[in-house]
Amino acid sequence: MTGPLLTRRQFGKSLAGIVVAFTLAPELAWPAESGLPGSLGAAPLLDAWLRIDPDGKVTIFTGKVEIGQGALTALAQIAAEELDVSLVAIHMVSGHTGLTPNEGYTSGSRSIEESGTAIRFACAEARQLLLGQASARLGLPLAGLKTAAGTVTAAGGRKLSYGQIAQGGLFHREATARVTPKPAAGHKIVGTSVPRLDIPAKVTGDASYVQDLRLPGMAFGRIVRPPGPGFRLQTVDVEAARRLPGVLAVVRDGSFLGVVAQREEQAVRAREALLQSAKWSEIADLPEADRIHAWLKAQPGEVALVSEKSSATAAPVVRRLEATFSKRYTAHASLGPSCAVARMKDGKLRVWSHSQGVYPLRDSLAAVLKLDPKNVVVSHVEGAGCYGHNGADDVALDAALLARAVPGRPVQVQWMRDDEFAWEPLGSAMVMQLSAGLAADGSVVEWRHELWSNVHSSRPGRAGGANLLAAWHLAAPSAPAQGLSGGEDRNAVPLYDFPNQKVIRHLIKEMPLRTSALRTLGAYGNVFALESFLDELAIAAGADPVEYRLRYIKDPRARAVIEMAAVKSGWKPGFRSDGLHGRGFGFARYKNQACYVACVADVMVDRQTGRVRVTRVVAAADAGQIINPKGLEMQIEGGIIQSASWTLMEAVSFDRARVTSRDWDSYPILTFPEVPKVEVHLIDRPDEQPLGSGEASSGPAAAAIANAVSNALGRRVRHLPLDPGWIKDAIGKP
Amino acid sequence: MIILDVNGKMHTLDVSPDTPLLYVLRNDLGLNGPKFGCGLGQCGACTVLMDGTAVLSCLMPVARAAGHKIVTLEGLGSPGKPHPLQRAFIKEQAAQCGYCSNGMIMKSKELLDHSPDPTEEEIRNALASNLCRCGTHNNIIRAVRRAAREMKPRELKPRDMKPGELKR
Repeated sequence: MTGPLLTRRQFGKSLAGIVVAFTLAPELAWPAESGLPGSLGAAPLLDAWLRIDPDGKVTIFTGKVEIGQGALTALAQIAAEELDVSLVAIHMVSGHTGLTPNEGYTSGSRSIEESGTAIRFACAEARQLLLGQASARLGLPLAGLKTAAGTVTAAGGRKLSYGQIAQGGLFHREATARVTPKPAAGHKIVGTSVPRLDIPAKVTGDASYVQDLRLPGMAFGRIVRPPGPGFRLQTVDVEAARRLPGVLAVVRDGSFLGVVAQREEQAVRAREALLQSAKWSEIADLPEADRIHAWLKAQPGEVALVSEKSSATAAPVVRRLEATFSKRYTAHASLGPSCAVARMKDGKLRVWSHSQGVYPLRDSLAAVLKLDPKNVVVSHVEGAGCYGHNGADDVALDAALLARAVPGRPVQVQWMRDDEFAWEPLGSAMVMQLSAGLAADGSVVEWRHELWSNVHSSRPGRAGGANLLAAWHLAAPSAPAQGLSGGEDRNAVPLYDFPNQKVIRHLIKEMPLRTSALRTLGAYGNVFALESFLDELAIAAGADPVEYRLRYIKDPRARAVIEMAAVKSGWKPGFRSDGLHGRGFGFARYKNQACYVACVADVMVDRQTGRVRVTRVVAAADAGQIINPKGLEMQIEGGIIQSASWTLMEAVSFDRARVTSRDWDSYPILTFPEVPKVEVHLIDRPDEQPLGSGEASSGPAAAAIANAVSNALGRRVRHLPLDPGWIKDAIGKP
Repeated sequence: MIILDVNGKMHTLDVSPDTPLLYVLRNDLGLNGPKFGCGLGQCGACTVLMDGTAVLSCLMPVARAAGHKIVTLEGLGSPGKPHPLQRAFIKEQAAQCGYCSNGMIMKSKELLDHSPDPTEEEIRNALASNLCRCGTHNNIIRAVRRAAREMKPRELKPRDMKPGELKR
C-alpha cells in the first residue's frame, strides 16, 4: 500500500496576495537580536567558543562549517590573532550539535561576519582574562605583562603558560564584548595569506570527507528513487533483492526504497536490481521546459512590493525602454554526490553529514523519525564542494532510514550521480522584466524591475513540515515546509541612485521542480538582468558603460571598485568590436550590504558554431577588512569561473515527468580548455568590518560576460544560458 | 582470489572480479585518494595510475587491474613527505573543496612523466576531462607548472625554494 503522495501541490496552497516588504529579508531569521556582536548573541558563554587545555592546545568551537571556502582557516586566524597563540596551536571543532554553538546555516556569505566576529570578541576577552589571572598569580600589575605564543610573560622574565592559567572554568562566563579586539595595524596573522589548514590532507589522501569515514562494522546503502517527482511506487520485487549477495536489508516505506549491503558494490548492484523490478505510477504534469518562463509568469504568485521610491523633482522622461530577461533551472552539481553516515542504536541516532546546518538538520531528522532531538547528534564532516542546499541533508535522512533496519551498525549512503542531478534542489528559473524612463541627457529617471521566481530557500528546519526528500515519499509522509521567501529579490534593488524606482517580486509557490538555495539565491539572475539592462541604457544614451554607472553611485567604495576594474583591465570608452571579440562590464555589491565586486570580461564568439569563449576576466573586490588575501581571491575567482559555466552552458533539462539531465554529458560544465584567465585585485580596508565574499562575484561576472557577448554581436542576448542556440539566433536576426 | 599490486605492496583479495577497482581501493585497502564522483567515467575524480597510465578506477573491474602496478595518490607521497606535485598543490593553494584534487594530481603525474615541461595549453588539454566545480582551474595549472619546474634535474639549478617552504 502506498501512502498519499505529497508533491509540489502542497507548496502552492496559500492564495496570491499582496505583501509589502521594504527590507531585504534575511535567509534565516537568525541570529536573535541582542547587544552582543556577531553570533555571541546566540551563544554568550565564552567557553562555548574556546577551551585551552593544560598542554596549551586551544580548541575553537564554531557553528559554521568548511564547505570548500576556507572558512575554518580564516576563523582560526582570527582566534590566533586575538589570543596571541600560533596558528598550529589552534584546533577547530565545527558544526556539532552538542559541542558547538548553534549558528544556524553556513550560508549567505556570513561566516566571517557572524562566527568571525564572535570568535574575535570572545578571544580578545579570553586573553584579557588570562592576563588578569596571571597578574593575580604572579602578584604583578597587569601593565607589566605581555602575551605571546600562548604565554604570559612579566617584565622580570617570569612566565605562565595559558595552559597553566586557563583552568577552573576561567572562560565559563558570559561575554561582555567590552574588551576591544586588536586594531588592524597590530595584526600579524589576520590579513596574511596563511595556507589553508585542510589542503595538505586533501592532496595526499588523508581522510578528509564524510565519504572517507570508515567506522567499525560499517555497511553501505543506496537509494532507489522514483523516476520523477510525480511517480509513486506500485510494486517491487523486494525478496529477489534480499537474496542478492551481501544484502543485509531492503527498506520499503511507501515510495521510499533503499538497500543496505555488506559491501558498497553489492549495494549498487542491489539498487540496479530494484530499479529493474520497480513499477511506478506516473503523473507527467511538469510544464514544458521550453515554456517554463511563460508558465512562471502565468501562475498566481505572492506579490510583494520590494522597494519603491519617487522624486517629484526628477527630469521629465523623454524615452522609455523595456526588456525581459530569464534564467533556467541550474544545479549545484557538486563534484561528489551527497553522502552521509548514520547509526541507530538504543533509540539514539548518530549522523555524520556535510549539511550546512547541523542543528536544523538534527531537528528535522528528529521530527521525521519521531525521536526526541536530545537523542539525535549530528556532526559535520566535509563533503565535496558545496554551493548551497544540495543533497547533503536529504542523504542524511536516507542514511538514518536505512540505519534503522540494521540497528547498531553504521550505514554509509552516497547518492549515485543520477540521484544527485535528478533530486538535488535547484536554483530557480526566473523571469526579470525591466523598464526604464530616460531623461533628455540619457540618464535614468525611472527604473522598474519586476521578477517571477520560485522560492530560493527551502532548507530543513522550518516549521510546518519537513524539507527532507525521503520524508515526502514515506507511507506516512511529512508535508514539505513552506520555503523562506526573500531570496528571490536579492540584489534586485539597484545600488544605483535612480530618482524613481520600483521593484516587484512575484513569488511562485507552485514548484514544478524542487528549488532552494544555490550560491547567491536570486542575485545571480537579478544582477545579470539589472546590469545587462543598464548596459542597454548606456548604449541607448551613447554613454560609456563605466561612466554611465558612476553617474548613479556616490558610495566611494563602490566607485573605487568600479574604477579599479576599469583601470586594471585597460577599459577604454568607445571600444568597438570586430564582431568576434567583445568586452563587457558588470558590478554589484552582494545583498547590497556585503562584498563589492566589479568585473570586466573579454569574450570571443565563434559565429559559425555560436559558441562563446570567455578569454579573460579582470575583477576588483572590496570585502572590507581582509582576513586571508589568498582565500578571498580564491572565493572571487572561483565564483567567476563557476558563473562563467552557469552563464554559458548550464540549464537543467526535463520532460513532462522527470529531470533528464542526469550526468555530466547532459549537464556539462566549463572544462579546463574553456576556463578564462582571471585576475583579481583586492582593496583592503583594514579598519572596516569584514564582508561576506563567497557569493559576491557570481552576478557581476555573469553580467560582464553577457555585456561582452552583446558587445561582440552588436545584439543583446537576454536569456541564460548564452548557449549556441541564443547566439546564433541573435546573429541571424536582421 | 585476486592479487593486486598497489603502491608497491601486494594484496590478496577475496572479491568478485567485476567489482570496480575504486571500491576495492577505498573499502578493502582503506585508501582515500581515489574518489567516487560519477561512476560513469566522466569526471576523473577516481583516477589512479596503472603501469604509469592514468585510468578511471570507477569503470575498471578489479580483475583487469591484477598483474599491473597500481599507484594511488597515497603512493605518490604523504603529508610529511609529499611528492613535488602534492607540494606544488599545497604551495599554490590549488584546492577549494579538494574533491577533484586526486584526479588532478594523478592525471598531472601522467602528463609530467611523459612531458616534463608542458605548456599551459598542454596542461589544459591533459586535464580537459577532469572536472572541477569550485573554479580552482587556474591555481591547478600554476601548481602543475610549479611541480614541473621543481622536478627538473637538480644539476640545472639549486632548488628555487626558500627555507621553511617545506615546513608542515
